[in-house]
Amino acid sequence: MNISTEISDRKMKQRLLKDKIFTNVMIFLAFLSGVPLFLILYQLAIKGYRQLNIGFFFEEAPDTMEAMVAVANNEIIPGGIANGIVGTLIIVGLASLIAIPLGIICGTYLAENAGGKFAGLVRFIVDMLQGVPSIVLGVIGYIWIVKPVTNGFSALAGSVALSIMMLPSIVRSTEETLKMIPGTLKEAALSLGVPYHKVILKVILPTGISGILTGVILGISRIAGETAPLMLTALGSTVVNTNITEPSSAVPLLVWEFYNDPNLVNMIWSASLFLLLLILGLNLSAKAIAKKWKVQY
Amino acid sequence: MNSEKIFKYLLVGSGILMVLIALGIVATLFVGSIPSFKEFGFGFLFSTEWDPTEGRETYGALPFIIGTLLTSILALIITFPFAFSISLFLGEYFKNGALPSFLRSVVDLLAGIPSVVYGLWGFYALKPLVAELGLNAQGFGIFTSSVILAIMIIPYASSLGAEVISMVPGSLKEAAYSLGATRFEVVKNVIVPNAGSGIFAGYILALGRAIGETMAVTMLIGNSNNMPSGIFDLGNTMASLIANQFGEAEGLKYTSLIEIGLILFVITGIVNYIGKLIMKKLSA
Repeated sequence: MNISTEISDRKMKQRLLKDKIFTNVMIFLAFLSGVPLFLILYQLAIKGYRQLNIGFFFEEAPDTMEAMVAVANNEIIPGGIANGIVGTLIIVGLASLIAIPLGIICGTYLAENAGGKFAGLVRFIVDMLQGVPSIVLGVIGYIWIVKPVTNGFSALAGSVALSIMMLPSIVRSTEETLKMIPGTLKEAALSLGVPYHKVILKVILPTGISGILTGVILGISRIAGETAPLMLTALGSTVVNTNITEPSSAVPLLVWEFYNDPNLVNMIWSASLFLLLLILGLNLSAKAIAKKWKVQY
Repeated sequence: MNSEKIFKYLLVGSGILMVLIALGIVATLFVGSIPSFKEFGFGFLFSTEWDPTEGRETYGALPFIIGTLLTSILALIITFPFAFSISLFLGEYFKNGALPSFLRSVVDLLAGIPSVVYGLWGFYALKPLVAELGLNAQGFGIFTSSVILAIMIIPYASSLGAEVISMVPGSLKEAAYSLGATRFEVVKNVIVPNAGSGIFAGYILALGRAIGETMAVTMLIGNSNNMPSGIFDLGNTMASLIANQFGEAEGLKYTSLIEIGLILFVITGIVNYIGKLIMKKLSA
């Protein structure tokens, strides 16, 4: 074997080795990125399961004295997160009530006027709204609702802030879904003499319901875990409160409160576990819906 | 007026309402920051002083602007090798099958974890680790927040990259293979040059996310109002400052915080706009 082939042989080996190293490092790094998810789930489950009992869902958050006594006696902290669960249901429910109809109508408008100039502007604005930091929306909720409308922190202010936050995902998913529905479907209905609004409401929207639903659920899961805007709007409350003009608690707010109170540290994990499972459940169901009832033509 | 017309007005009306909401947000932030702007002018952007002591109140945004940019850019640097690996894994090496679909779900779920839970995990798991490594006395600081932010933005940084990488034309890759290129060389010389701007756009959008993150950062950055001296120092970001101080703020402090919110809004707006612009160029 002469020298030149030996050199090229060595070079080839080097190239192949480089390729192999790169592939393995890539696979390693890709899977390493998923590790935090399992570490977080594991830590929450290990530390949180003790507190999960029936009372956890139906009792209000304990005050710091009760918790201190329980911890001193090595007992489970009494009480639960009922005020947070009710608060989250009300705040997120009200936000959905505002955002879902508006989002679907706006998404329909964008899909129906795909090339329009004004529609282009609206699309741009929806994109920009998607990027607004949640804390800024908290400031907006404070200035728009807390100060002038409810004269104090309120669940309503939290809902308004969160509704702006979930709007873009509903608008975009509605638009994307409706765009995939073939024009022939609409034309067929129109040619039968069905008025335009009925074509949209009875043919187009029902056909795209799965995509819209996916967007709605993703929007809900996006806001259900939000803490920052609620600190500036709903504030928090130690009791179950169903009046939307009064301060209200929410599960993520409770996690924050428990974090700040050394006596309630044991409650953090169960409250976080509950919140995390709720949101991951929403995410997974959105995925399942998207997969099962995909709009196909 | 018949229902046909009402319906059409409703559609256009929803669009107008969107515009009004956006204008309302901008106007509200502007009007809210006027008193602070009158007091400090453009010096607000460059002053490093944040002193709420009564009598000699003075507020400046620079430590928080620097803190925000430092944490989010550092997070982007840390997230890069991981996000790029995921993009390649899902977009090129393993497109179909159980393993990639598992990885895809895991990455999606990472995006679903609430910020406050990331903060908790960072506080109880990551912070002690940083302290033990001796990077910083207590484990708080810019570096710790950046690591958590890096994990949080992996889904955003990787998903667009995977999409554009999978769209690189097969003929280009095959041409390179037929010349004897290894897979690594195809990635380096064909895929990255072709999909580069799309991958980059994904990182820009992820940067926008990192800039606006609040809770996880608040719990880890140390919340110091001074100029950070390095990446292991304590600091504060704009979002975290608002979250910490807005509740009890009044007068000059209140309007200064709104102005911080306006700056934050403008910076995320610019970053997101650049990201969208690159994406638009791609699809055109």
